Amino acid sequence: MLWLGVAYLGALGALFLAAFWTTDEFTGNLVKVFTLENFRQLVELPVYRTITLRTLGIAALVTVVDAALALPVAFYMAKVARPGLQRLLVIAVLMPLWASYLVKAYAWRGMLSKSGPLSWLGISPGYGLTGLVITLAYLWLPYMILPVYAGLQKLPDSLLEASSDLGAPALTTFRRVVLPSVFPALVAGSIFTFSLTMGDYIAVKIVGGPTQMLGNVVADNYGVANNLPFAAAFAVVPVLVMIAYLGAVRRTGALENL
Amino acid sequence: MKHPRTLAVLAAAGALALVVAGCGSSDSGGDGKKSAAGFTAPDVPMAKKLGTKEGAVSILAWPGYAEDGTNDPKTDWVSPFEKATGCQATVKYFGTSDEAVNLIKTGDYDVVSASGDATLRLIAGGDVAPVNTDLLTSYADIRSFLKDQPYNSVDGQMYGMPQGWGANLLTYNPDVVKPAPTSWSVMFDASSPYAGKITPYDSPIYIADAALYLMNTKPDLGIKNPYALDQDQLTAATDLLKTQRGQVSEYWSDYLKQQQALESGDSVVGTSWQFIVNLIEADKKPVEALLPDEGSTGWSDTWMVAAKSKHPNCAYAWLDYIGGPDGNAASAYYFGEAPANAKACDVIATTDKDATFCDTFHAADEAYAKKIWYWTTPVSACLDGRTNVKCTTYADWTRAWTEIKG
Repeated sequence: MLWLGVAYLGALGALFLAAFWTTDEFTGNLVKVFTLENFRQLVELPVYRTITLRTLGIAALVTVVDAALALPVAFYMAKVARPGLQRLLVIAVLMPLWASYLVKAYAWRGMLSKSGPLSWLGISPGYGLTGLVITLAYLWLPYMILPVYAGLQKLPDSLLEASSDLGAPALTTFRRVVLPSVFPALVAGSIFTFSLTMGDYIAVKIVGGPTQMLGNVVADNYGVANNLPFAAAFAVVPVLVMIAYLGAVRRTGALENL
Repeated sequence: MKHPRTLAVLAAAGALALVVAGCGSSDSGGDGKKSAAGFTAPDVPMAKKLGTKEGAVSILAWPGYAEDGTNDPKTDWVSPFEKATGCQATVKYFGTSDEAVNLIKTGDYDVVSASGDATLRLIAGGDVAPVNTDLLTSYADIRSFLKDQPYNSVDGQMYGMPQGWGANLLTYNPDVVKPAPTSWSVMFDASSPYAGKITPYDSPIYIADAALYLMNTKPDLGIKNPYALDQDQLTAATDLLKTQRGQVSEYWSDYLKQQQALESGDSVVGTSWQFIVNLIEADKKPVEALLPDEGSTGWSDTWMVAAKSKHPNCAYAWLDYIGGPDGNAASAYYFGEAPANAKACDVIATTDKDATFCDTFHAADEAYAKKIWYWTTPVSACLDGRTNVKCTTYADWTRAWTEIKG
């Protein structure tokens, strides 16, 4: 536990310390002199704000899409399906996680292509924001379904019966009984989808077309432009976002009910 | 957990210790040679003689330069090298010069095929060693106009074995792009009919292509060398590329993704390499490529030896082989570029039965070779000789590139 803390925190600490250094512009070697230059650039150039807001928007959209898809599926699994079918459905939901991330992303690249299978149905978004949201929502869906399924299992059937006995139509029951009790589970799932999307840098290169996300700007600055300090500085942004997000989640009390 | 607070404090202290240990003074460059670009090459020792081969070599190559049979069993010039020298080769591909510069710094590779926009950065960073050309028997046959060039030598000291050179080509799908284009305008025109299907190269160095286009279309900007751009000229090129951004299907650096996009029709026109065009033709898909009249950017590649190479003797053996008539002929023919070795053309004529290859690629044509704007790292001392302004550097170009992609 101690070594995990030291190794993990130490590595993160070393990374974020690099955010205060610069690189020699020509050779790319690190210049270990304290400076706030990277953060100044981050704040001054509007493109980084655009990229951050775009990434936040994509993360929020993916979360909403996954929540909308996961609720009916998880509800069916938890409340409607027979126990035997339940187990099969859980396995079915988990199966895509066995496949490699890259395989799934490239499969979507093939499907979204303008001459791909989807185009036979008349839908061909091509590579871009739409394709990216679809792919990311697909990739993280099991991480949303499972917590929601677990949350719905804890919901007693008697509550649903009582609600309909009191005269509530299905939609009202859903809105006033199911949703509030499954809210912590939705939040738990959203932590996955939101944080995974914030940091993603691979799917955007495969199906995103010319779109840039925060993750791949960090990767491009480190791996391509060899500018580790600037990449580290930009990487501070999603850390701050997630700290704020988890803080907000904690205030809703959702984490205690898990 | 009995003492969570103590644990947390210990963990924090340990983390801080690691972080402080990472602090140190920056690398100090030693005395070295000065180059035309105005930097001092650090003193990296040069091999004086060859010793016993180490039995392995790690090659960092542009895709298509070091085929070992994994892509196509019939395309393999690495295995003959391994058999002749006993140096087992592991090959890693990279997509852009930036990746190459970054990967060499890991110290895991012995040789790298560096284009002109990587060579000087590698030399200045102390990442590659000067090459003792007396130890390379093939060096004598290398075309003279590739030796001691500003991008592969410093003060008369060579830093590698030239591989070959070529141009970035305007590539298009002839079934969709009609009439056949003759100019880069098909990619830069704000009202291009192929909007949404254009695929430019994903690297800040692509700004030079926009600058080259502006050299011809807006001569009053005064651009004489697409790699020597002052701030106003860079802004003009950036604006042109921002307009193009709205029509881009995707920026490519992975050659397989570009091949797939061109074959599936998601992209119909873009910059590409002959090597990728050959792959598409092998898949029997329609593709054409040309060098427009305005000229083009291109590359002139040099095999360099890593300063931290763990297998220096095998590294020299690779340089001698790939720069020799057989290795150079095989790699240049497969990739589709002009070979650096003068004898390679005869080998291509006999072994590959292609007597016109070298003429098509102007392999012996020094005047033609001088017309291509080879990838070069932009530096603040203007490459076109202007002293009244400061030119933008590659770091400026990298920032501009992020802005362009948006």
